[in-house]
Amino acid sequence: MGHRLPSFLLYAVCGLIFLLLILPIFIVVPISFSTATYLQFPPPGFSLQWYKNYFSSRDWTQATILSLQVASITTIVATILGTLLAISLVRGNFKGKNLIYSFAVSPMIVPLIIIAIAVYFFYSKLRIVGTVPGLVAAHTILTIPYVLVIVSATLKGFDETMERASLSLGANPLKTFLLVTLPIIRPGIISAALFAFIVSFDELVIAIFICGTTAVTLPKRMWDGIRLEIDPTIAAVSSLLIGVSITLLILIEFMRKKQIK
Amino acid sequence: MNSYEKRFGEPELISLTSKALQRRAKTKWLLLLALPLLVLLTLYAYPISRMLLLSLFDPEFTMKNYIHFFKISSYSYVLVNTFKMSISVTVICLLLGYPIAYLLSTTSSRIKNLLMIMVILPFFTAFLVRTYAWMVILGRTGVLNQLLINWGFISSPLKLMHNLFGVYVGMVQILLPFMILPTYSVMAGINKDLMKAAENLGATPFRVFFHIFLPLSLPGVGGGSLLVFIIGLGFFITPALLGGISDVMISMFIETQVNQLLNWGFASAMAVILLAVTLLIFPIYNRFFGMGKFMGR
Repeated sequence: MGHRLPSFLLYAVCGLIFLLLILPIFIVVPISFSTATYLQFPPPGFSLQWYKNYFSSRDWTQATILSLQVASITTIVATILGTLLAISLVRGNFKGKNLIYSFAVSPMIVPLIIIAIAVYFFYSKLRIVGTVPGLVAAHTILTIPYVLVIVSATLKGFDETMERASLSLGANPLKTFLLVTLPIIRPGIISAALFAFIVSFDELVIAIFICGTTAVTLPKRMWDGIRLEIDPTIAAVSSLLIGVSITLLILIEFMRKKQIK
Repeated sequence: MNSYEKRFGEPELISLTSKALQRRAKTKWLLLLALPLLVLLTLYAYPISRMLLLSLFDPEFTMKNYIHFFKISSYSYVLVNTFKMSISVTVICLLLGYPIAYLLSTTSSRIKNLLMIMVILPFFTAFLVRTYAWMVILGRTGVLNQLLINWGFISSPLKLMHNLFGVYVGMVQILLPFMILPTYSVMAGINKDLMKAAENLGATPFRVFFHIFLPLSLPGVGGGSLLVFIIGLGFFITPALLGGISDVMISMFIETQVNQLLNWGFASAMAVILLAVTLLIFPIYNRFFGMGKFMGR
């Protein structure tokens, strides 16, 4: 491998860039365990008071429970709908397939603010602003693309002859799907569900419009206090969110390894 | 080839599939499609088309919202500013992301996995959490200022956020993985033998890089840049928290119009403009690179 640029320089530059990428995460976690009442670094001592503060505050815990609720329901709905879409678009053969695919993945790329105000105008007519169904409805369209992309990739990746064998041996399509296709693509579907969960759980822009005052999600609660509350409680919440992200990342990686086998 | 032929590859079975069966097959796929499509149409397409109408009717057809936007320079300035900021962030991401992607594509797989985690972990962490982290680091009494003062480099705190510097740091950190992942995936596919061949024929490492590796990596660079640019255009949380008063991006402007001024028609017009820009650029990305690429798949 002689096509390297001067290695030392490359490593030094890359080291700094990696620092930029990872630094925020490594600053917030120590501060959340600080004894200081403001954002002092390095922390003068170790304490769990900010976590205690978070767990004993009603509006923080309520927001967390609401976020868990919304993310769980969204995950179930989006995984089912996204998988149905993926199956019909990958296995089916009809006109307009690509168009439907592009349409269904577009929420991934359309700026969130556009989706946010469009659904806000519509949902205020339906009077579901500030409710769990309103949040679930908005998050579902936002998470379907992730499910669609991941499950489609999984479906394309496996040998169709197994489905054909099952069909030619007399199983009907439903039975074939449940007994042959589903077990094979299960890791892909689980990855997709985990993705959907984290996207919904972390979502803020739509929440700013749809939460109202009656259904405040965890990111919305953070947003409300982020400019005013200078004690490290928000650092503790952030660290918990980072913990959730790491856990889901590990699970997704595990599922991917399983799929490859 | 229709789906039934694909299924029943055996010739004797193909002969059994009549036109009617083929039609039934088609209906079956459409049945599966119906529910998710209906949900997307009512909860997503319909609200967006309503928003389009809201920008054009009051209650009679009118272009006033659009004229208003382009006529008053402080409004169109926001759009220009949004482009400027997103382009700057894209260029910075390119300069920082290219070496990282290069390193990832040339190191051994064990170190690569570790480095990959450092790219993907931030990618998985909420935008809000990372923006908050930058507020903690860059604030007036933030971590960086505390350290610089303790170490004696400065005597009074520097202004590191609520200005363009803060927004760029935050946006670049958030968008960098979107640059690195597509660039890396193209670089990883480059045949390394080409470089070896050029070297054996006497090319210097610099020549090999600039004449072979760089041109072959350009599709990834193009994909990553387009992706970063499009996502950057719609940024809201980061510029709102890390930017100053003059660093307004169009998303923040739309939010103010809706939540504070209740100017729905005008906000809709701006959203439609932003949507049009996104929809013009995105097909280029999708055509060349596909949606799954940046998710590391």
